[in-house]
Amino acid sequence: MEIFNHNSNFNFLGLRKFSIGLAILLMIGSIALIVTKGFNYGQDFQGGVAVVVEYTTPIEVNEVRSALEHAGLENPLVQAVGGSREFTVRMQPKGDTGAGQLSNDEAAVKVAADVVAALKATRPDVTMKSRSFVGPQVGEELRSDGIVAVIFVIVGIMGYLWIRFEKRFAIAALATEIHDVLVTLGIFAITQREFDLTVLASVLAVVGYSINDKVVVFDRVRELFRSSRNATPEEVLNRSINSTLSRTIITSLFTGITMAALFFIGGPVVHGFAITMLIGIVVGTLSSIFVASPILLWLGVSKQDLMPRSKEDPELERRP
Amino acid sequence: MSDFPRWKYALVVIVLLFGIVYALPNVFPPQPAVQISGNRGSAVDATLKTKVEAMLATAKVPATSIEVDDKATRLLARFPNVDAQTKASDALRAGLGENYTVALNLASTVPAWLRGIHANSMPLGLDLQGGVHFLMEVDQNAVIDAQETRYADDIRSLLRDKNVSYDSVNRNARGQGVSVVLRTDADRQQAATLIGTDYPDLTVTDGPTTGNRFLLNATVKPAKLRELAQSTITQNVTTLRQRVNALGVSEPLIQQQGPNQIIVELAGVQDTAEAKKIIGATATLEYRAGLYTPQQAIDAANSGSVPPDAKLYYGSKEQGRRPYLLSKKVIAKGDELTSAVSGRDQQNGSPNVSVSLNSAGARKMQEFTNDNVGKPMAVLYITRTVETKMVDGKEVKTPKITEEVINYANISSPFGKQFSTNGLPSDQEASELALLLRGGSLAAPVDIVGESVIGPSLGADNIDKGFKAVMLGLGLVLLAAAIYYKLFGLVADVALFFNLVLLVAVMSLIGVTLTMPGIAGIVLTLGMAIDANVLICERIREELRNGSSPLAAIRTGYDKAWATILDANVTHLLAALGLMTMGSGPIKGFGVTLFIGILTSMFTSVTVTHAITALIHGGRKLKTLSV
Repeated sequence: MEIFNHNSNFNFLGLRKFSIGLAILLMIGSIALIVTKGFNYGQDFQGGVAVVVEYTTPIEVNEVRSALEHAGLENPLVQAVGGSREFTVRMQPKGDTGAGQLSNDEAAVKVAADVVAALKATRPDVTMKSRSFVGPQVGEELRSDGIVAVIFVIVGIMGYLWIRFEKRFAIAALATEIHDVLVTLGIFAITQREFDLTVLASVLAVVGYSINDKVVVFDRVRELFRSSRNATPEEVLNRSINSTLSRTIITSLFTGITMAALFFIGGPVVHGFAITMLIGIVVGTLSSIFVASPILLWLGVSKQDLMPRSKEDPELERRP
Repeated sequence: MSDFPRWKYALVVIVLLFGIVYALPNVFPPQPAVQISGNRGSAVDATLKTKVEAMLATAKVPATSIEVDDKATRLLARFPNVDAQTKASDALRAGLGENYTVALNLASTVPAWLRGIHANSMPLGLDLQGGVHFLMEVDQNAVIDAQETRYADDIRSLLRDKNVSYDSVNRNARGQGVSVVLRTDADRQQAATLIGTDYPDLTVTDGPTTGNRFLLNATVKPAKLRELAQSTITQNVTTLRQRVNALGVSEPLIQQQGPNQIIVELAGVQDTAEAKKIIGATATLEYRAGLYTPQQAIDAANSGSVPPDAKLYYGSKEQGRRPYLLSKKVIAKGDELTSAVSGRDQQNGSPNVSVSLNSAGARKMQEFTNDNVGKPMAVLYITRTVETKMVDGKEVKTPKITEEVINYANISSPFGKQFSTNGLPSDQEASELALLLRGGSLAAPVDIVGESVIGPSLGADNIDKGFKAVMLGLGLVLLAAAIYYKLFGLVADVALFFNLVLLVAVMSLIGVTLTMPGIAGIVLTLGMAIDANVLICERIREELRNGSSPLAAIRTGYDKAWATILDANVTHLLAALGLMTMGSGPIKGFGVTLFIGILTSMFTSVTVTHAITALIHGGRKLKTLSV
């Protein structure tokens, strides 16, 4: 079975002014959104209120959870403590209407009162044992760790592409990568979906996915440059995109299927993860096709840059 | 079969067997249990077992099994559910008293032969299974004490340096600051200006004057105290996070709660007593100068008259509680210590402990040791235990502070950031000292005020939904691959299944904690792993279109695709490595999953599929390929 015509020769590079223009616009738009609207950070980043409640007779965790949700409290995290009579309820003040603007201590009082009221509505034998404001799960060190990690990834990937390919490929990959991450984050800023640690992890996974996609196209570019005698760079790039097109889209579809399953029936925990990946897969796939190669062309990639450097090295020669 | 060597078949079979064996333990779920270990030589033996059985019988919570381990160091009683476990632990804790440590545990049900080859199941995360919850409280009084004592020391040396004569500099009651007694009003004015400029965090006020005693009060500004309290707790959270991360790839939860409490939640911890030892080494330590001779110290201990610049401390019990006279001034403190490692001296091979300090500590240490070569320096170890007593039906917690000199040695040459304590009697003693030093690196002492078992933070329905989604997603991909690439798609499906087995095996072997986001990561990894097969199949199709024979198409298809797969996966691995270096829980776990997944997928998608393809097509004359 084949979906794509293997002889397709669509002139993707012909669209380059439009596609690069659009990519730049999207990036600027995303930065503006991130700066002005910011992210809707989750409990991991902002902390929240913890309320410990006690029942006189055992109760199921699910009953506690549904009682809270029924009362309109958003995203409560309910956990049994040492058995089935005591529970911790953790939630962000913004999940409780009217508590979002209060100071930490005031928010704790308000949220705790609302939590107990909500629970009392279904089971009157509940009492509050304690309430307090809990700090974020991630500390400042995540920020510094994160910056170090990002620099490490950028230097590592660029270095590898520089050695295995050529510096223009490294620069093109990095530029497209920044585009993909910014646009994914921009979508988070505009939709104000909750941004928690899992989402952060999946944003970083998008980087991995998208670099994978670009390298496959670049690999073909290198191969075709080496084998073709007198094709112009534009022809080579177009041919590379066309001949990897089927793979690019099939892989996106396959990965997309698993993430769509998580998104639609996986429940709230994996929701954020799946939607980030889905956005990232779409953005990454489109940028592999429409953005990465035009940047290569614009940087002036040529056949000479890609010929094996050492004729003595049979291993290098053998490589496509 | 010619283009696929025999040794590669053997490799595939061996790796797959390894995968199956090490993934197998995950079929056995862990069981709630209570673990009892002896303190200070209390025996863990058959007698204890009968005693425990009797206690459980009276409490009406019979254990499903009770066993004493081979080394007779701990007893493990298993229970059918968490409720029984909690009740039993309460009963045992009350019944056994101080001589035994009773801790909650999750006991493995993995058969012994599997555990024998280090095949264990993956611990499940806080969201899937719950874990243990520790509530720790930072003693803010200790923070204030330390701060005010330091200011008193600083003011004393400031006045001495500037030649302002004073009668005394002493601490007032806790929180009331420092009082300085001077001889003239002019001195008082000068001292006030000096203190005010050097220590902007102090409020200086004139106190009452009696005769020729001119009093000056310096109190720490409330804003500074609040800032100190907050920074102490932040520092403690950071230290705890480092300690917990040292426990392995678990996904802990460490949060500040309220103004002075810290929550530590550990998932799937196999040995809470051990975890408690690491997170809850609730000690601090101080480096102080040793003063006077040993004989003078003994005399002081006997007569009770201690010189005014010194304080009397005792050595540990093992060292015969020897008395020492130490300076009142602290050189460096535990929170300035960055690492302590035991090892052997390079010159004479005697056991030692190498210590590193941070820059602030290093500066002070350098200053002190420059002036004091040949003189003694001591390590003072301050531990706290909390005793809970019932007074008028209420729980009253009183901290008990023990101060011991754990090390007393002469300074052989000046040092700063890095130094080592040499001449320790044994390797064991060296490693114990290193452990003690590391444990003392908290900014302020913390007490464990609560310990409980917590249930999963995710509802059963959500866990269920997650698993269903995973199954559906994978099923759809397997189906899509089989439809789109026919026989080659089916081969890829088999490889994908083995990829899952291998991934689980490696994750279990290195003990990655499984969480819901982790499961999503596994699915993502598998979804992306099929990319290699897509690359191979597309290449083979291309070769066929270019007119290659089926067998040649397979060979060149694999060859050419391999170059691409390698480049794509190496860059992807670099991205995963970046995720792994992010120290914090879920992201690190996710990065580890991704990293292992990329490695296993390179093997299964390329080598395993090639082996199967070679088996199917090898040695046959083919006209077409089902791809």
